Amino acid sequence: MKIAEDSPPVLSALDRPNSYIGRSVPRPNLHRLTQGRGQYVSDVTLPRVAHVAYLRSPHAHAKIVSIDAAAAKKATGVIAVVTGAELAKVMTPWVGVLTHLKGLKSAPQPPIAVDRACWQGEAVCAVVARTRAQAEDAAELVEVNYQPLPAVTNAEMALGAKTPVIHASLGDNLCFERKLDVGKVDGAFAASDAIIEATFVTGRHTGVTTEPRAIVADWNEGEQRLTVYQGTQAPHMMQNLFAKHLGLAEHQVRVITKDVGGSFGIKVHTYADEMATVALSKLLKRPVKFVADRIESFVTDIHARDHRIKAKIGVKNDGTITAFEIDDLTGIGPYSVYPRTSGIEANQVVNLVGGPYTCANYRAAARVVFTNKNVMCQYRAVGHPIAVAVTEGLVELAAAKIGMDPLEIRRRNLIADDAYPAQSAAGLKFERLSHHESLAHLDAMMNYAGLRAEQKKLHEKGIYRGIGFASFIEVTNPSAAFYGVGGAKISSQDGATIKLDAQGALIVATGVSEQGQGAEAVIAQCAATVFGVPIERVRVIMGDTDVTPYGGGTWASRAAGIGGEAAWQAGKALRGNVLSVAGAMLQAKPETLDIRNGVVVDAATGTERLPLEELARVAYFRPDTLPAGIQAELVATRHYVPRAWPFAFTNGVQASYLEVDADTGFVKLLKHWCIEDCGTIINPQLVDEQIRGGVVQGIGAALYEQCLYDERGQMLNGNMADYLVPMAVEMPDIECGHVVSPTADSELGAKGAGEAGTAGAPASVMNAINDALRPLGAAPLTDMPFTPDKILRALGKV
Amino acid sequence: MSELALDISLTVNGEAVAERVEARKTLVDFLREDLGLTGSHVGCEHGVCGACTVRVNGAIVRACLMLAVQCDGATVETIEGLSDSGEVADLQAAFEQRNALQCGYCTPGMLTAAQDLLKKGGVPSRDAIREHMSGNYCRCTGYHAIIDAVEAVARQRAGEGK
Repeated sequence: MKIAEDSPPVLSALDRPNSYIGRSVPRPNLHRLTQGRGQYVSDVTLPRVAHVAYLRSPHAHAKIVSIDAAAAKKATGVIAVVTGAELAKVMTPWVGVLTHLKGLKSAPQPPIAVDRACWQGEAVCAVVARTRAQAEDAAELVEVNYQPLPAVTNAEMALGAKTPVIHASLGDNLCFERKLDVGKVDGAFAASDAIIEATFVTGRHTGVTTEPRAIVADWNEGEQRLTVYQGTQAPHMMQNLFAKHLGLAEHQVRVITKDVGGSFGIKVHTYADEMATVALSKLLKRPVKFVADRIESFVTDIHARDHRIKAKIGVKNDGTITAFEIDDLTGIGPYSVYPRTSGIEANQVVNLVGGPYTCANYRAAARVVFTNKNVMCQYRAVGHPIAVAVTEGLVELAAAKIGMDPLEIRRRNLIADDAYPAQSAAGLKFERLSHHESLAHLDAMMNYAGLRAEQKKLHEKGIYRGIGFASFIEVTNPSAAFYGVGGAKISSQDGATIKLDAQGALIVATGVSEQGQGAEAVIAQCAATVFGVPIERVRVIMGDTDVTPYGGGTWASRAAGIGGEAAWQAGKALRGNVLSVAGAMLQAKPETLDIRNGVVVDAATGTERLPLEELARVAYFRPDTLPAGIQAELVATRHYVPRAWPFAFTNGVQASYLEVDADTGFVKLLKHWCIEDCGTIINPQLVDEQIRGGVVQGIGAALYEQCLYDERGQMLNGNMADYLVPMAVEMPDIECGHVVSPTADSELGAKGAGEAGTAGAPASVMNAINDALRPLGAAPLTDMPFTPDKILRALGKV
Repeated sequence: MSELALDISLTVNGEAVAERVEARKTLVDFLREDLGLTGSHVGCEHGVCGACTVRVNGAIVRACLMLAVQCDGATVETIEGLSDSGEVADLQAAFEQRNALQCGYCTPGMLTAAQDLLKKGGVPSRDAIREHMSGNYCRCTGYHAIIDAVEAVARQRAGEGK
């Protein structure tokens, strides 16, 4: 069986007796999920629950002249038909801006469009009925009189003098702009032996979570409390936002998140239809459920990556990269998404381009413009796949131009492994990265020389294979620098509360949440190891704002590095408390005792002194027998936030090996490799699976996925038959390897691993395609996704 | 819509079920809403993603593309039945050990599809497993772990052990 071989145990320096750190411990929640006994929000039902269907604008931009709901209100099962104007009395609108993104502007967004719809898919009316089917039947009876308005559907035209302004109050269609000019860019280009220019296009695509967005809101008029069951990544953030826009105190709102059918950044935003569902519950004083169907998901789940980047690199004949320059344009829909904003993606592109390299000359311009398409915002590996495609695409084009091997040009330009701490041209601060060691590891793991020989041999037979690489850096463990400093109530700290129960088991409540990444397992591993119990005696509670410590949730690869450290510190504190009680009971100094495998032992000899069950029995039921002045405190809470570095950057390198059919334009992926350095590895299997899943999401962007719009702003392929996602048969096996450079900011030293796969995969696939086609004289392909027709066009065959 | 409702009798996970259902109701909605069998999931509602895969009269079907009334007289098996009978216990154990699921939403369908392949016997190649599982969408894993788990169980069942 391959299972054990695939996840070799990697023991770390944090190895206490019976340590679970560095071990591939199975996730405790899996048995429930394999039996179909999970509880997703789609499964939640409550007494008196009503179901809402939203009538959505068929126009990209239209004035809502009138809504006639008379017939719908009389339909079978209908409880209410509610317009935007009616809902505006219950809930205030929001504006998606952050103060640290200077100049970023947006317009107030209502839960349901009030007098104007700004994209195809925006809800214009809610129909609430006893069943979803009845609500949908009645929605067909609602007559909306639209007056279509000119739609801005081309980002290139959005700032044109004759282009209509989408929100008159903003003055123009510019949401955000950033410029950067570091070093001596013009001089560096002038001193280059070669300059390569290319325009990169990353296709607008979306998350396609297997479970669509779902929410059940339950306003209890008697309690004056709102309970929301929501498939979200950030329960406390949503608690704050529901309270704020309904005019409630936060303690009147409870957000419960059980199982979530995929997230990837899709479920970390404020969605108008989810806000409307909460407002409807308040208005109607009963539970209201909304589950997006797949068609509505495609036109309302955030899209991402719709960027056009004009880019330029200078290089000397010895391979030295002299300068990078980019001009990024992105159209983000009619609103900046609340509360994380739609300026972050372009900002990240500016931050990350050139990041792995020593090159000190860098000029960047980014413009974020409003359009009448669905909104864009943060999706897995925010900005990374774009920046990596631009940087690594340029690097390999430069290597080809000067006739240098693509690994060699990287060796000559990557920041040296002994040069840390270091800073990139864009100003990113790196504590410790391992680009060169990672590259060497990749070279050996993939047998690069052997593959090149194979490629050459097959080329002679008319078989065109390509090898492409992508070095990358990855933002993880964000501090308050990401959102908090900009005024958003998105917690960068996280907490853990650990309780010793009356039978000596640990109950851990954590602010991070689970959507399948394995956070529950990682938190249990940290608590079990540092406290000293078998992992079977740890139960983790997450996803309930009434119960868990305040925290940010799970996004930007923060759950293990931040939530794990909080659990580690809480476990350590509780261990100290327990040992002081044990010391009193055993008349021993606490520092001479330890807890191992659920038993208090002599630290020096390992001799068993007191089972935890016995300690708990005395502490809870016979505290009268403890010495005077000894009060057992068998609950401990600790919080953690990264302070020394704004982000814990990780790094890695990927390679793709593929074959292009020059007659059909089809790409067959043969193998994919990723070397990644996420610091201390708490659970090797979970890290590898984050990478593999991320790689395939990135491959989707490179080869298949694109939200296609026509010039009227109509999405043309908003269903799973027409929007292609990676399926098992097209995907390659993916080999992972690791270099370990722990962060000194925490005791665990863990950084994140969730973005790495998605960050580097599109660039490595793009470079491999170009490597395969270069001998055929094809023009470089830089316009994702690389569909067969684009490949045939590059080959001049169509 | 009562005039469009029909009485049906069928066997679901070994239990006799008699219900009145709307003619337009899909099998997956019937299983989830009328019988509380929420292990069958709704992903795309147009037969692409495979999250609703169940077994009807021994064959795997998309429960979102079949109407409940078409199942009058049929034998239907869902993940709850396959779990309780122990039929897929080894596949479930391998998926758990290999972390061949993350969010778990596609997993009941994946397991049902994998069992459909493995009950034919033999040890299929990785390519054959990938081909067979290609009607089931997973956004989390990248499929590699799923293929590993299915392959491992095929070998176990063929007596190849580890």
